[in-house]
Amino acid sequence: MSTAPAADAAVSPASEPSFYGGSSRAGIASWLLTTDHKRIGILYLVAMVTFFMVGVTIGALMRIEHLTMGPTIMKATTYNAMFTVHGVIMIFLFVIPGLPAVFGNFLLPIMIGAKDVAFPRLNLLSWYLYMSGAAIAVGALFTGGGPPDTGWTFYVPYSVKTGTNVTMAVFGAFVLGFASILTGLNFITTIHRMRAKGMSWMRMPLFPWSLYATAWVQVLATPILGITLLLVILERVFHLGIFDPAIGGDPILYQHLFWTYSHPAVYIMILPAMGAISEIIPTFAHRTIFGYKAIVFSSMAIAGLGSLVWAHHMFTSGMSEFAIVVFSLLTFLVSIPSAIKVFNWVATLYKGSVELRPPMLFALAFIFLFSIGGLTGLFQGALAVNVHVHDTYFIVGHFHYVMFGGTGFAFFAALHYWYPKMFGRMYNERTAIVAFVHLFVGFNMLYFTFLVLGLEGMPRRYYDHLPQFHSGHIHATIGSWILVAGLLIMFANLLRGLFRKAEVPANPWGGVTLEWTVPSPPPVENFDVLPVITEPPYTFNHPAKEPAA
Amino acid sequence: MSESAEPHTGDPIGEHVTEHAGEHRDYVGAKLGMWIFVFTELILFGGLFVAYGMYRSMHPHEFHHASGELNVTLGVINTLILLTSSLTMVLSIVAIRLQRKGQSIAFLAATMVLGCAFLVNKFFEWSAKIHHGLYPGSEHLMARPPGERLFFGLYYGMTGLHGLHVTVGVVVMSIMMALLVRDKIRHDDFIKLENTGLYWHLVDIIWIFLLPLFYLAA
Repeated sequence: MSTAPAADAAVSPASEPSFYGGSSRAGIASWLLTTDHKRIGILYLVAMVTFFMVGVTIGALMRIEHLTMGPTIMKATTYNAMFTVHGVIMIFLFVIPGLPAVFGNFLLPIMIGAKDVAFPRLNLLSWYLYMSGAAIAVGALFTGGGPPDTGWTFYVPYSVKTGTNVTMAVFGAFVLGFASILTGLNFITTIHRMRAKGMSWMRMPLFPWSLYATAWVQVLATPILGITLLLVILERVFHLGIFDPAIGGDPILYQHLFWTYSHPAVYIMILPAMGAISEIIPTFAHRTIFGYKAIVFSSMAIAGLGSLVWAHHMFTSGMSEFAIVVFSLLTFLVSIPSAIKVFNWVATLYKGSVELRPPMLFALAFIFLFSIGGLTGLFQGALAVNVHVHDTYFIVGHFHYVMFGGTGFAFFAALHYWYPKMFGRMYNERTAIVAFVHLFVGFNMLYFTFLVLGLEGMPRRYYDHLPQFHSGHIHATIGSWILVAGLLIMFANLLRGLFRKAEVPANPWGGVTLEWTVPSPPPVENFDVLPVITEPPYTFNHPAKEPAA
Repeated sequence: MSESAEPHTGDPIGEHVTEHAGEHRDYVGAKLGMWIFVFTELILFGGLFVAYGMYRSMHPHEFHHASGELNVTLGVINTLILLTSSLTMVLSIVAIRLQRKGQSIAFLAATMVLGCAFLVNKFFEWSAKIHHGLYPGSEHLMARPPGERLFFGLYYGMTGLHGLHVTVGVVVMSIMMALLVRDKIRHDDFIKLENTGLYWHLVDIIWIFLLPLFYLAA
């Protein structure tokens, strides 16, 4: 992307100090009271990686429970609490805020040529709401009637009847939703109002585009979750009766309201991941993205269609035949824009000079794993198959292929891609590849086995299993160990990179979006002079823009 | 959103963006943000309206019957109070634009008083109902048919959530009052007051729907 000469000049090492040093406050206050979008992004990153590792630990413990038949290391009730907490932490604290909160915050203003987001103080408030929601949700584990055991979906009537601390956990999720709405609102306003001169909508890079689509889903869907969770609290405290059949209410209404949010929420999780992949693929193929407009419109189409498919979670819950068929059809339709993206990424690689460096490996793994996740999703959209695989490990496998193989791997890809920009240092690329191989092998050993176990009939959320599933469970558990090893190697490598001496140049990968025109790490105000955009994004044919050898 | 699909060559940084001593100020952006927030609030209430619509279509006669027990007079008085408060809110914004600080403060104070009056009214209405044993989970209510239980469940849930929004509105207005007095809201920088007004009209509009759904359904 061509920019004003001033933006190019900012690359010279003599420019102003990076945002790590340029704060008027000192020490911890410079972080906790910051309104700098880059610092807030780093704050989110630290919190999220921490929660992620807690979630991973719980997941690994659940796998160990399945190493032998009968109780291995925990009781059935503990297992119930474990899968609930694993779900709540991973979904509400990691995958939903994931890419927008970390990379969106850090990069969105830079990528559209702005100095900050539209509402910097609101941005900091979002982080505090996120941390408060997280504290409340985690606090629910140790107070009241003990950790909730309803599953992350909080289905009524059990969530109203159980003596565990559902009220507090649900309130935590409510606060987290508020943080999500405010971030979405902030990003929409930022993208509408603060794009650099000359950056028309069709000159905006694809990661900001995906954040834009995501932000609309966040803003339009999250309030439904808010009111649903609020009603669960009112139901538990005041016996309002909306969902309670004993009073006259209908539990199915809860499922409808819950999935009206929670299905669009999976697009909140995956759309920014797709955006990050759309940035990484062209950079490492050294070639402009194939079908820029198709990717833009498919993002918006996913955001729209994704809001109309919620009841496919409820095919076995009780609905009219007609409604089931309509929701099945809509579910198949939403796969079209997703497939468009996959084809565009693959087409971008065609005749590109592909460089297999760590971010690219993660991105390619994303395409592979997301495709498996998406295709297994179609199985479940088919009505007859759905009845067979409902509530089995097949669902768990599918979900992890999309959320972990998709969003998780995209998060790692983005982390490895923008790490030099965020920290001004470089990790060891060889170690990163070792970690990647562990992750890829462990992941497939674990979750592909889940798909097979599910088709054979292994039900989800059971703390024990029958003998015919035993070898499969052992296989999956060993896979989980390889996966955890990969995670440990990866995070250790990234941490160690921070303490390396060598600084990295502004553009280590040869990327062409705006963030590569500013120093690594960027200065406080991002740009000395705001850039002026004169060309579409992903224009690779400038000799001057080619990476230094 | 009008500009969405086609590439626009114009300057996306509109004429309403100004820089004051390094502080970025964007009037249109601030309003856009507030409108999006107002939409999220409408959707929040939307979930309850869906529940109301569903249960009313299941139990039309019981809803009709239960609605007859609400005090229409109190409901209408509260409607008039809220509508008047929306007027005083607008007048407060107009006054500050015309640099009449005193008037603006007076109208904002009137809006706050009316908001409180609404809540006091609501308090008496609720306590009378609770006194008669009409509250969620009460023996008296549980003896009635399911549709009437749901009606009162929704009544408390929806007017309660609305009342919470009125309370938040009054608190926000008191902050705006402090900003007005300290000249932080001026004739050339009144977006905070205007956004407060947007929020207050939202509260008003939701009540306009609650009135017929609960009080006039009989």
